[in-house]
This record gives sequence, C-alpha cells and structure tokens, in this order.
Amino acid sequence: MTDKTRPVLDIRNLRVEYPLANGNTLVAVKDIDLTIRPGEIHALVGESGAGKTTVGNALMGLLQAPGKIAAGSIVIAGKEIDLRTGRTEGIVPGRDVGAIFQDPMTSLNPLFTVGSQLCEGMLTHLKLSSREAKARALELMKAVGIPEPERRLGSYPHQLSGGQRQRVVIATALACNPQLIVADEPTTALDVSVQAQILKLIRDLADERDVGVLLVTHNMGVVAEIADRVTIMQNGVVVESGLTREVLTAPKAPYARTLIAAVPPIDARLDRLPVPSEETQVTLDARAAVRRKSARSEIGSRDDVVLSVRDLAVEYGGRSLLPGRKTSVFKAVKGVSFDVRRGEIFGLVGESGCGKTTVANTIAGLVTQSAGSIDFQGTALGARREKSIRQSLQMVFQDPYSALNPRLRINAAIAEPILFYKLASNADEARQDASTLLEAVGLPADAGTRFAHAFSGGQRQRIAIARALGPRPSLLICDEPTSALDVSVQAQLLNLLKDLRDLAGLSMLFISHDLAVIRQMCDRVAVMKAGEIVELAETQTLFTAPKHEYTRELLRLAPSVERIFGRELASA
Amino acid sequence: MATQSLMRRLPPVSVVIASLVLLIMLILVIFAPLIAPMDPRDVASYSLMDMEIPPAFMESGDPRFLLGTDNQGRDLVSVILFGLRISVVIGLGAVIFAAMLGVVLGLVAGFFGGVVDGVIMRIADIFVSFPTILVALLISGIARAQLSAETMLAWAPLVLIFSIAINEWVQYARTVRASTMVEIARDYVRAAKIIGLPSSRIMGRHILPNIMSSVMVIATINLAGAILTEATLSFLGAGMPPTYPSLGTLIRIGNQFLFSGLWWIAVMPATVLVILVLAVNVIGDYLRDHFNPKLMAR
Amino acid sequence: MIRLFSVRLLQAILVMVAVTAIAFVMFRFVGDPVASMVREGATQAEKDAVRVTLGLDKPVAMQFVSFVGQVLTGDLGTSYRYQQPVTTLLLSRLPATLELVIVATVLALAVGIPLGVLCALKPHAFFSRLTQSATLVGISMPTFVTGLLLILVFAVNLRWLPSSGRGDLVDIGPWQTGFLSLSGLKSLILPSITLALFQLTLIMRLVRSEMIDVLSSDYIRFAFARGLSRTYIYGRLALRNALMPVVTVTGLQIGQLIAFAIVTETVFQWPGMGLLFTNAVGYPDVPVLAAYLLFVGFLFVMINMIVDILYTFIDPRLRTR
Repeated sequence: MTDKTRPVLDIRNLRVEYPLANGNTLVAVKDIDLTIRPGEIHALVGESGAGKTTVGNALMGLLQAPGKIAAGSIVIAGKEIDLRTGRTEGIVPGRDVGAIFQDPMTSLNPLFTVGSQLCEGMLTHLKLSSREAKARALELMKAVGIPEPERRLGSYPHQLSGGQRQRVVIATALACNPQLIVADEPTTALDVSVQAQILKLIRDLADERDVGVLLVTHNMGVVAEIADRVTIMQNGVVVESGLTREVLTAPKAPYARTLIAAVPPIDARLDRLPVPSEETQVTLDARAAVRRKSARSEIGSRDDVVLSVRDLAVEYGGRSLLPGRKTSVFKAVKGVSFDVRRGEIFGLVGESGCGKTTVANTIAGLVTQSAGSIDFQGTALGARREKSIRQSLQMVFQDPYSALNPRLRINAAIAEPILFYKLASNADEARQDASTLLEAVGLPADAGTRFAHAFSGGQRQRIAIARALGPRPSLLICDEPTSALDVSVQAQLLNLLKDLRDLAGLSMLFISHDLAVIRQMCDRVAVMKAGEIVELAETQTLFTAPKHEYTRELLRLAPSVERIFGRELASA
Repeated sequence: MATQSLMRRLPPVSVVIASLVLLIMLILVIFAPLIAPMDPRDVASYSLMDMEIPPAFMESGDPRFLLGTDNQGRDLVSVILFGLRISVVIGLGAVIFAAMLGVVLGLVAGFFGGVVDGVIMRIADIFVSFPTILVALLISGIARAQLSAETMLAWAPLVLIFSIAINEWVQYARTVRASTMVEIARDYVRAAKIIGLPSSRIMGRHILPNIMSSVMVIATINLAGAILTEATLSFLGAGMPPTYPSLGTLIRIGNQFLFSGLWWIAVMPATVLVILVLAVNVIGDYLRDHFNPKLMAR
Repeated sequence: MIRLFSVRLLQAILVMVAVTAIAFVMFRFVGDPVASMVREGATQAEKDAVRVTLGLDKPVAMQFVSFVGQVLTGDLGTSYRYQQPVTTLLLSRLPATLELVIVATVLALAVGIPLGVLCALKPHAFFSRLTQSATLVGISMPTFVTGLLLILVFAVNLRWLPSSGRGDLVDIGPWQTGFLSLSGLKSLILPSITLALFQLTLIMRLVRSEMIDVLSSDYIRFAFARGLSRTYIYGRLALRNALMPVVTVTGLQIGQLIAFAIVTETVFQWPGMGLLFTNAVGYPDVPVLAAYLLFVGFLFVMINMIVDILYTFIDPRLRTR
C-alpha cells in the first residue's frame, strides 16, 4: 500500500523560536534533522528543557503562541508544512498526524462519550457517514484491545481505567489512518504493568499498519524496549542519533554517554552511579562537622532494629457529617509488618495505589493507623508523639517544587526545626548549622539567603534533605525522592543519599516505584501490592531469585536497557 | 512582539490612571474638612438664596459652586466630599471586618477539615443564601421597629458595616479554605507537621503568607462591592440618614428632583460614586489577573 | 450522587429551619404584635383577649410549633399596614416580579454567553478589550444608578418610555400580565434592561474565564491535535464544558437576583414583591418582612435543588457512577 522506502516524516534544519519578554529570542529547537520510515518507531529522548516536546508540538500544529517555526522544512508523508504561515496548512493534524498525549486522565473530554470522541475525527476528515464511523470505531476499539468494545463506545471517560483510556486515545490517534503518530510520553503516567501493555500495543500497531511513530520520552528503558532508532537531544540540539542498540550500548557523544551512564541499571548493584563526583573540600569539611554533631547515632550495632512495624492497617474515609451514614471505607494498608535495622536502607516498592506512601505517612505521623503497631526505638507510635520522637524521624518528599515554603528564605526553612528542637542555643547558631548542612548536601553556603524559586528541582531536593538532616534524625523516610527529577540529577541525589547514610549512621525507609533505583539503594526490600507485602527479602536475593509471582512480573515488565541489550555497555 | 511582551510587564495605563484617581480621592477624603469650600453640617455656612444652582459649566451656573447646589443651597462639592468620606469609611470598615472573620474561619476550616470544616462551611452556606442587601434591609427594618430614631442615627454606620460584613466574610472564608487545602497538601506543610510545629504556627508562618495575595485581591474587589452595597442601602433608605449622608443618601435625595429638571443633584454624587468604584475595580481586576489568574472570577 | 443529594438536602433543611426561626423571632419579638391588632386605647382585658387568641400566652416552644404549622398551611399573618393576609398580598405581587426577572434573565443569558465566548476566543482583539472594559464599568455601576440614568434619558428627556409602574395589565385567571398590552411591554423595557445589565456582566465574565480555562485543557489540545474544526471545538466541545459552572453559579446567584430585583423595583416603582418589601422596611411592617424572608429562603432552596438535579443530568460524571 505505502511506499516502504519513502519516509513518513522528514525534518530538515528545523528551528523553533520563542520571543522572550526582554526582546531576546529563545531557540527551543536548533537546526535538527530527523527521518522516520513507515513502521519505524523513532525515540526522541532528552532531559527536561531539551526541546523534545517542542518538536512533537511543531508536528501536531500545537506550538503555543508566540512560539513559531523559524526555519527548516517538515515533510509528512510527502506533504510539506507551509513555513510561511508556520502552520501545517498542507497537513491536517488528525488525518496525517495522529497524537497520543501523556496523561490519559485529561486528554479525553469528560462530558462526551468515548464513541463520539472516537468518531468525530472520522466524520471530519474521512467524510464517513455516522454508521460507517461507528463501525470503524468498533473495529479500532477491538484493535487496541478494549474489552466489551461495543458497550465501551457508549461509556464516558471516567468509567474507564487509566490504561483503557490510553488505549482509547491510541484508537483516536489511529482513527483516520495517519502515516505518522506523535506519542508524547505515552506511558509516563501509567504503572509498569499497564506501561508494558501500551508499549507492546504501540509496537504492534507500528508493525501491522506501517505507521511511523515519533516517541517522545525521557525513559531509556522504554526506548530500549520498542524504539528502532533514537535521537538524543540536549538544549534544543541533536547530540547523537542512530540505531537504538548502537546509541544505547556505545554512545559516542560525551553528553549521550553521561546520560546513559546515569540510568540506574536493574541487573546489578553499583557502589555509586557513574556521574561526576561533586565532593570538594568544602563539602567534606561540612560533612565532617555534621558527623561530629550527630554523635548519638554511633551507639548500637547494625543489627539493632530501629523501626518495627507490626500488622499495620490504615483506612481512609468512613467519616461523614451526616449522622447514621457511613461512606465507603478504603483499606489502603492491610496488615503490613517489617523491621528497619540500624544503618540500613529498607525499600518499599510497588505500583501506584499499593499503599507504600500511606505506610510512610503513617510512620511519619501524618496519618493515624486503624490497627497494628509501630515501634520506633522502643516507643510505640500513635497520633500523639513526643518532641524527641518527632525529632529522630524526618522525611524527604517526592515533589521538589512543593517541598519548600516559597515565602521563607532557605536558611529560615532549615533553621526552623533546629530551633524548634532547641538543637541550637540561638538563631545565629541555627543559621550557622543551616549553612553547614547546605554545604554538606553540595550547595554553596550563601544559598541560604535566597528563596526556593531561585533553585532547580534537584537543588530544591538537596535543600529538603538538608532540612530533614537538621534535627539529626535516626530514621529518614524518603518517599520517591528522585522520581520527579531528570536522570542525571537523580543519579547525583542517589549518590548523595548513600553518602549521608554512611556519614550520619542514618537508617532509611526508601519508597520508590522504580525497581532499578531500589536495587541501587536498598539493603532489603519489601514488595507491596494492594495494601499488603507480598515478598520481603535481601535486595540481591529479591532481584536474582524472586519468589512471588507478582515480583517476577514486575521485574519482567520493567523497561530496562540491560535486559534488551545485555550488560555490554560499560559505565562510561 | 517584543513591545507587546514589554507592555505586559508594566501595569496598563488604565491601572495607573485608576491608582492616581484613587490616591486623589483618598487625599480628598482625609482632608475633606480642609478642602471643602463649606461645612454642609453647619447651617450658617449656606443659605436658601443659593438653592438649585446648576453646575458652574452650565449657562446659569455660578463659579462659586463648581458642581451646583442642592435644594437647600448647599454646595454640592462640599456635600459630596463629606459623603465620599462616609462611603469610603464604611466600605473599608466592612472589608476589614469581613476579611478578618473570613480569613480566620477559612484557615481553621481548611486546616482542620472534618467536622470543624463541615460546621463552618454549612454556616457559610446559610449566610451566603441571603444576599447582603436583603439582610441589611431586614436588619434595618428590625432596628426601626425596636430602636428610637436617635439610637438608629448613632448606630447607623456600625449597623451598615455589620450588615455588609456578615455576608461578605463567606467569600474570604471559601477562598482561604480552598487555598489552605491546596497548601496543606504541599510537602512543606507536611514537613512542618512532621517536625511537630504547633498548628497555630503552621497556619500563621507557613500557610497564611502563601495565601495572603489571594486575600488581598478579594479584599480589593470586595471594597468596590461594599461601597456599592452601602450606596444601594442608603439609596433605598436603609443606610445613612440624610443628616449624615453618604453618596447613596445624596443620590436618594437627588432622585426626588430628577423630574423637576434638577438632574445634577443626583447625577453628580452618582458620577463620583461610579468613578470611585470603577477605580477600585480596575485595580482589583489587574491584581487578580496578575497574582492569581485562577482565582474565582465571580 | 446520593451523597451529594443528601448533603444538599441537609443544607436546604438547615436554611429553612434558620429562616423559619428568624421569621418566628421577628413575628413574636419585634414590635408589639398585640398593639397592632387592637383598636387604639384598648383596655388591658381586650389586649389579654387578643394575646390569648394569638396564642402568645403559651410557652415559646409551643408558639414556635404552632407558627411552623401556620407557615406550612400558608398562613403568614396579617400585614400591619394593609390589614390584609400577607400571603394574599405576596401572591398578588408575584406576577410582576416574575415577569421582570424572567425577561431580564433571558436577556442577560442571550447577550452574556456569546459575548463571554467571543472575549475568550480572541482575548487580544479590540472588540474583546472594549467589552472587557465595558463590563468593568458595568460592575462598577450600581443598579440604582443605571436605573436613574435610563429614566433620566428615556423617560425625562426623550419621553419615549414610562418611568414607573407596569402599564395596562391583562388578567389571565389570577395572573395579571403586562405582556399582552403595548403599554405593559413598554413599561417592561427599562426595568428589565436595568436588571439584565447587572446579570449580564456577571455571566459574561464567568463564561469568559471558564472558557479560557477549558481552552487550555489537555482534551481541547487533543481535539486540535485531531484536526477538528475550530467551530466544532469551540462551539460544541469547549462551550459545553464552560457552561457547566454557569449552571451552578446561576443557582447561587438567585439570592443576588432577588436583591437586585428589590432595587430595580424600587427605582421604577414596579409593583412587585421587592417594592412591597422596601415599603415594609420603611413602615416597618414586620409580618411582611418576615414572610418575604421565608419566601426568599424557600425560593433559594427550591431553585438550588432544581439546579443540582439539572447538573447531575448534564454532567455524566455524576450521572453514571
């Protein structure tokens, strides 16, 4: 049907610019070339700000004003985008380019049925009658693997699960037989198991229908899993491009090498992730000072149990203002037991909604358990807690952008708990401690005089760690501390957390959905599913000889560069 | 392109003009006794000889009376200056009262949630079911039936402030509650809770500074609303009495002369009222777009 | 959905209980109900007799119960001023208010929604900026000033339209309508424009801000990425989402509408319930005040129940759970 050799997408010297408020121009995409053949999946990867999403938006005609295509040519299936208008006049989005967005929860209109949203494109572009459109919609629903397709056509988006919605989005993208599909982080919002299904679906559709796919992603595992070719971008420029295997196993450009090396491997434990060390004399001195202050953690041996959780259960809901009515109770955690030993990093891993964060919040005292006990250094923890208990138990959160009070200077934010627990005799001393802590986490001491907005996500997370260390805790709870960060920043932070553990004799409860990160960080791991622990083992054992079926499934489905290409890539 | 972006950074001309107008009005209000050509409350300072003179710019106008005189021969400039003073004071009073009540209740409701939240918000629902003007009219009617004329007179401004604020606090409470719930879900508040800081401190030091900008925006928009409500009540005869007229009272008085061709007695104070409220609204609108584009535009 | 309804029902009951209690307190304790019922210079014995007939000798709780009973049977007492049953008085004024409010609301919706959509679609166009500025003037202009200016121009100076009253009325059963006579329609023009202007600015600004929100949502971006036509996206997809909150807000605005109907009726001497109410405030005619309060509470509760039911019908997220 289609000419197998003619590219479905041919980008030459594409340049996208955004005029800035100060009169300058931001070049979001600088002179990039990219070619996709029928049936080929081409991954566009890079960290935030690399310009990969901008390329996708340019193809879909979704560049936000005042952004515009400044130069270059885009040819889709033989038709060229009209650059004079900067718009896709010759190419109709939807008919020539299909789109898949990141979040299936928001890409469908909540007020219209799945069927009507699926059909409207066909009615517009293919001029089908509504009967024909409906028949084709049904066919598409079957093709993307939605159970009971006939009934689902009449459903509203909220009645479908996230995975099903993303399947509907894919069906919508395919509706008018486009030769090119732009998928912008299509599985980032999904769990591992759903992600695996969606990736397989995209691969199959590309193969069966000879559709070219531009896959915009930040996840190297996903790239390895389904992409034929990959292009790595940095600051709007292509740094390397080629066959996936070649680029991922033997990257040539320095940036590509660091980027790929920073991805934590799932099949081996590295002592440190191979990113440039940031230890200077200043950080070492500061860390020494921190170690002196946290003297009390030296007591006790490694086998002591710091935290002991027994049969922990947590329920949400159930309280209602109306007398005599009880809203449905959601059991988030059902009888979880584990111990955290002194100096250990204990991991909790599982998919979203498995209850791992609830466990963390309960131990931290943000949520009260409905049953079971938490024993922390010999004290039973409930809703009311002694100051000294709170002091030894601190937490680092997921979202660096909400972790710091935007109206508080960094110094004040770090000094607040220090003063509150009377660990410094006056405000000056507390500020001094804050500066030392900032240096210990690798930031300049004068960072403290600024506000949170002056810092990047990774820097904010360092500040949040410094704040948590201020009270000299013995247990640090880390709830997905790096999942909002770029991979190279993640690698630095993971190294930092390991250093600090050794330094202050900290125990850590480390929560993540990312098995590779867990493998790098933890001594022992518990796998959670639907509020229960299904397997608990030494990290090494869990990854090499998983016992539970669910653990095996997670390990099998996690996208991973090593699993596809083996460990032939050396740490660059 | 560049100029357009540049213009977006500076406040638009309308906002600058509105701020100037407001500033001038505030100065006039503060120094009214010094600026006004005469004291409208001093019977000796005006005479019936000068009654019903049209504004100075009209044919039969008198240069002594820039905006003309009323039916008793009082200079409208002076009458309006003092009326403006009363309108602004009542408006500000109502806003401050409502904001304090609303911010505290909203913070508490949003922070503690559960039953506390339920009770406060249901009470708010009931209050908001009844429009300010209706409540104020009712209070005025009850006061009339219960109190003597002199007591009514002395208490009129306070009754007005109370009647307006008793309804308007709900808006602050709802916004503050919503913002508090947003902030509470943020990790810096969770971190503060884990530290064990007392609730009052978390609310005061961490949450309040982060929601203050929305409170200020509502307060500005509400100031315009409060001044309008006061004017409406006074116009309906349930507000400031003719002895201490606010702008609304003046328009009410002028309304009686509308059909006799003495339009300026009503139109002059009405113009000043609209300019005042417009200036406040222009600034409020700008602040809302600037600080909090997502804030309820209602 | 059931939960939503029960919360709303609870709220409605709370409002009605609060309103009834306030109305009771007004009837019973504001002014002297006995003094208004007996002839001047009545003896103590006569007063006592009236007190017993009114049931004022019984405990307050008992009085409240019998008051609630009376309210439920539609007995809202007798007006001090008109010496007529308040219920009859209110009902006779109802058509005037309803006709005014309905015409004004239709006018406001018909103009406000298209204007709001237009301003959201082309926020930087000259027309949109002009409309935006005009609405600012609109919300800065108190209803009574609008009314006065309209009277000054169209009634006093141009003498085109009447400034007060309802003109000639036609009886349709108990309903007196102004729709069926020329003078009735002419009388309706100025008051309905005055009342509509106030609502129009609100609706327009609300539609605009909702529309802007919706247009930046992912599902609208996704609709553009599917290459659907602009008219289809704006007119069918986005507008429906944007109008959802308008329905709720319209329900909540009922109180405001009643309040501004009072003002409008006073300015134009429109013989509706609002004018009855302002006159009662000045008199003060306590039974009328209390009855009006009850009526407004009831209306508010009823309309918001209807809005809630309507809402669950147009929002599939509430309908199909």
